[in-house]
Amino acid sequence: MLGFLYRRILYMIPTVFLVSVVTFLIIQLPPGDYLDTLAAELSDQGGLDEATAQALRDQYGLGKPFYVQYYKWITGIIFDWNFGISFEKNVPVNDLIWDRLGWTFGISVLTLLFIWIVALPIGIYSAVRKYSFGDYAATLFGFIGLAVPNFLLALVMMYVAFKYFGQSVGGLVSPQYIGEPWTWDKFVDLLKHIWMPIVVVGTSGAAALIRIMRANLLDELYRPYVVTARAKGMSEFQLLMRYPVRVALNPFVSTIGWILPTLVSGEIIVAVVMNLPTTGPLLLRALLVQDMYLAGSLILIVSLLTVLGTLISDLLLAWIDPRIRYQ
Amino acid sequence: MSLADTQPEAAKQADVAVPELLGPWSLMWRKFRRHRVAYVSLWLVGFIYALALFGDFFAPERLDDTNRRGIFAPPQGIHFFVENEDGSSEFQLHAKARKVQVNQSTMRRSYVDVPGKIIPLGFFVEGYDYKLLWLIPSNTHFFGPKDPDDVVYFLGADRLGRDILSRIIIGTKISMSIGLVGVAISLVIGVSLGGLSGYYGGWVDNVIQRLIEFLRSIPTIPLWMGLAAAIPLGWPPLRTYFVVTIIVSMIGWTSLAREVRGKFLSLRSEDFIVAARLDGLSDWEVIRKHMIPSFSSHIIASLTLAVPMMILAETSLSFLGIGLQPPIVSWGTLLKEAQNIRTIIEAPWLLLAPGTMIVVAVLALNFLGDGLRDAADPHAH
Repeated sequence: MLGFLYRRILYMIPTVFLVSVVTFLIIQLPPGDYLDTLAAELSDQGGLDEATAQALRDQYGLGKPFYVQYYKWITGIIFDWNFGISFEKNVPVNDLIWDRLGWTFGISVLTLLFIWIVALPIGIYSAVRKYSFGDYAATLFGFIGLAVPNFLLALVMMYVAFKYFGQSVGGLVSPQYIGEPWTWDKFVDLLKHIWMPIVVVGTSGAAALIRIMRANLLDELYRPYVVTARAKGMSEFQLLMRYPVRVALNPFVSTIGWILPTLVSGEIIVAVVMNLPTTGPLLLRALLVQDMYLAGSLILIVSLLTVLGTLISDLLLAWIDPRIRYQ
Repeated sequence: MSLADTQPEAAKQADVAVPELLGPWSLMWRKFRRHRVAYVSLWLVGFIYALALFGDFFAPERLDDTNRRGIFAPPQGIHFFVENEDGSSEFQLHAKARKVQVNQSTMRRSYVDVPGKIIPLGFFVEGYDYKLLWLIPSNTHFFGPKDPDDVVYFLGADRLGRDILSRIIIGTKISMSIGLVGVAISLVIGVSLGGLSGYYGGWVDNVIQRLIEFLRSIPTIPLWMGLAAAIPLGWPPLRTYFVVTIIVSMIGWTSLAREVRGKFLSLRSEDFIVAARLDGLSDWEVIRKHMIPSFSSHIIASLTLAVPMMILAETSLSFLGIGLQPPIVSWGTLLKEAQNIRTIIEAPWLLLAPGTMIVVAVLALNFLGDGLRDAADPHAH
């Protein structure tokens, strides 16, 4: 097991390196850099004078070849935990991102829990009562859940919540709590808001997982060991929970690996629509104004944490499923 | 030896009726037809692509005709019977004529019916000029007001008084074709890399698998956002379109490559492949003549399932404002109009009409893909 762990972590290193290079490539792609954007914005007021521009260029290494800029950026992160500065807001990236990343991953993890809580019982039900009304309802929900894009669902829910429940929409807390210290009331208010992004982001994942759970369990339900257990007089519920569900659960864990990236993706786009204080709106804005260190750091960290999540799910799977060989 | 030669000897001699021998494709088709939802979806998908091909024929109004008297006009219903003066009613498709009323104190506009005035509707009516299939000049439209000067908003209008129905129909062309072009790109990359990986194995396999794992472990939306944001705003629409398509298909090919690899791995040790190789066929011939036919049905099903993913991806990017840009009309750019909650509350049809279209298209493609997959799987019951 320990060897497996080491090997997996070793495998991660090239992945992480590739992620950082690709990220940097992407944010370097647009022609020009932030200074050009700045110059264009300032052109109404007489423009950016050459000396200031040159000073800024030297300071950030802009205009240097790709690998020089990359080296500067990545060594800054590794050795000084310095992600560069946000050009637009003129503050270190470090000050901007951690809160928002925390929310993004907080919501993603809560969404994962939500998906499990919903998908597990429904998946079991629709496998055990195959072709019943409930099974068809679950299948229909599954198809629709996969067909509705996240942002569309978010917009529709916001519309319904506003029109029929008069709820303030957007944000994670009501406007009067923004910037206030945490109190019980604020926490309750947070709960009133946070369910919506969780449900929106989780729907498609839950839909997919219900179908996986149903298929897995159907594979197990008619195995001889189930018949044996039944013949021995075990109660149906106990039997179900103790054997087939446990076996069917393994692929469930392995899906964290691919479900996590989609959750993070979904959270980002939903956050833009619902104006949540998470990574989404910040990243979109940073990309649009070519605030490259901010955008790059966000993409890098989001991707790294996702890779890490995948690793954890792999380890978890190896731990719970003895059939997986450590190679 | 062809398939027809496998007729039983006894049957040949005794001249008994033998059941017709069907090839794999007709067997698949037969199985597919039994899947009713998928069969209906096939027609629906066909219809949507027909909308895309003959967009102008189906659209009642010109794409960017603005109308100051139709700003945020709500959808108009179609009515069937008109009352004559003598009290009898007559069948005549029509919509009620409306006029704008602006409430001076709140500056809100509302639309009220003009009593007694109707706009007659009909099929194959005259309208604006266009070229059918980019070739044949025509001005006949499938359905709309009989008088070309009348405007009826079947699905409402946007902030410039443009007809949403027409825009959705014209947008079909871009949205649905992105799916197809994207899938074509995914197919080429996926099959070649997946094939290489599965056929040769070894280090080639290792490198390609790591690449796929890498691409799949990155959350797609930030990656797409980064790439799409790099498209300069000044680019011509066609180039933007192709770049967006390529970005969208970047992820699609990975799952396809995995499936092709899996098939190659399992087929490689099959007896008929070994036999073909021992017969002296080259690698390429083995792949082309024996392997591809044995999993092509499966690939077609996977491709059908990939189309809706790409449509959703395009929609999301355009909605965020970093995919296709407004002069291009796609379902995503239409939804961009419904981005803030105030617009949605004032004009919910801006959200619901294109949204429904997307969901219907994606659902139909998903059902179709599922049906094809079941039909292509010889082990499914």
